Amino acid sequence: MNYLEHVGKYFLMLKQVFKRPQKRSVFGAALFREIEDLGLKSIGIVAFISFFVGGVVSIQTALNVESPLIPKSLIGFATKRSMILEFAPTFASIILAGKVGSFITSSIGTMRVTEQIDALEVMGINSLNYLVLPKILAALLFYPLLVFLAIFLGIFGGWIAGVLTDLFHSLDYITGIQMDFDPFLIKYAFIKSVVFAFVIATIPSYHGYYVKGGALEVGRASTQAVVWTSVVIILLNYFLTQLLLG
Amino acid sequence: MITVENIHKSFGDNKVLKGIDATFERGKTSLIIGQSGSGKTVFLKSLLGLFQPEQGSISFDGSISKEMSDDQKRQLRQDMGMVFQGSALFDSLSVEENIMFPIKMFANQARSEMLDRVNAVLKRVNLENINAKFPAELSGGMQKRVAIARAIVMNPKYLFCDEPNSGLDPKTAIVIDNLIQEITKEYQITTVINSHDMNSVMEIGEKILFLKDGLKAWEGSNKEIFKTDNESVVDFVYSSNLFKKVRQVYLDETN
Repeated sequence: MNYLEHVGKYFLMLKQVFKRPQKRSVFGAALFREIEDLGLKSIGIVAFISFFVGGVVSIQTALNVESPLIPKSLIGFATKRSMILEFAPTFASIILAGKVGSFITSSIGTMRVTEQIDALEVMGINSLNYLVLPKILAALLFYPLLVFLAIFLGIFGGWIAGVLTDLFHSLDYITGIQMDFDPFLIKYAFIKSVVFAFVIATIPSYHGYYVKGGALEVGRASTQAVVWTSVVIILLNYFLTQLLLG
Repeated sequence: MITVENIHKSFGDNKVLKGIDATFERGKTSLIIGQSGSGKTVFLKSLLGLFQPEQGSISFDGSISKEMSDDQKRQLRQDMGMVFQGSALFDSLSVEENIMFPIKMFANQARSEMLDRVNAVLKRVNLENINAKFPAELSGGMQKRVAIARAIVMNPKYLFCDEPNSGLDPKTAIVIDNLIQEITKEYQITTVINSHDMNSVMEIGEKILFLKDGLKAWEGSNKEIFKTDNESVVDFVYSSNLFKKVRQVYLDETN
């Protein structure tokens, strides 16, 4: 199947997904389950990575600012900008594409190969709507929060790294993060996180839903889903940046 | 009653069903048999509406499925129960939640009512006190019985089973066969079973449809299958020495 056919099939899938849920109470329960599986269970990894990446960014910036003409507050400023502009919305999404994307593909793919999706269809349930819509909503609701958590912890990690290594003064760093604050950048991070959340929920769902074969194919589909989700995030990141900041 | 008239189904150039006519009566267990690749699964999935035949019609108690509105099709789906080859129980749900799932989706009942119904069908399939267990904690036979319980929880008019004995030991297989037949009689369901198991054919095959190369090659009952001289049926059903001897004994006794 060529790429264009996959794209067409993906959009036809979305057409089935965006229908009114058949039973509101069942949909509500599924949504809370997905928020737990896709959102709450991702807090740990996002927090851990953001904290240390923030630390690394501040240390690297400090080590590269040798000129006495450049103020030390630049370290805090650079860490803040890096976290808001790129790390939190984009790289946290790529981490989530790996963690959550493989989970989504393998869980839906296993349902496909064990005929659980056929069972839903035989019961008269729109399986795409039942399985995928709660995942999309859970991701759209929760991932912006994760991104803001990543921004906060990254900046905090940068400050802790400075304090522990004595590469810069705490006050310089705090001055830096308060410097030249542009609220649009927060909006930019939010827009990117919402778009990437949609990609993280839908591309792995597509790969899982249309898998054919057995356990081996589910494994392959999970790998493909992570690769394609990451590729699409990187491409959209470029276009969104050009569109919003260019 | 399900009436199938001249259905055709192809996948690309591969013609899988080439014009099959059949009638499946209420309160009877009908079996579809045939070699792998004969079109059994496609035929069963066409009855279920998972595949749309290009030609021909399938009617359920006089209503032709392809002429039904979306609402009628939805209603028809709720009148169907299906037992899949691998049970197809939802891994993430407990036994109770699995069986309750169709009621939750389609009926507006209080939780206590739903629970009563779940316990009633579990009792009917001879399983009790396993409500909180998950499918992975059950044996193959128990999973099949839970799948049957889920299939009958909405009081279906039509029950479809795909290889219900697959992977079960002979004793459990007979228990499952008898259970399906009892339920069919008790609830007056139209039951269609896709099977490879010759024990099932002999035990519960009130009507047997033998498919070969996408066509109906033979039709009859478990009594008639002993006497048939259709070479394809004899070759398929009596392929083992044991069944050849059983057939010979039956023919000697009846002649």
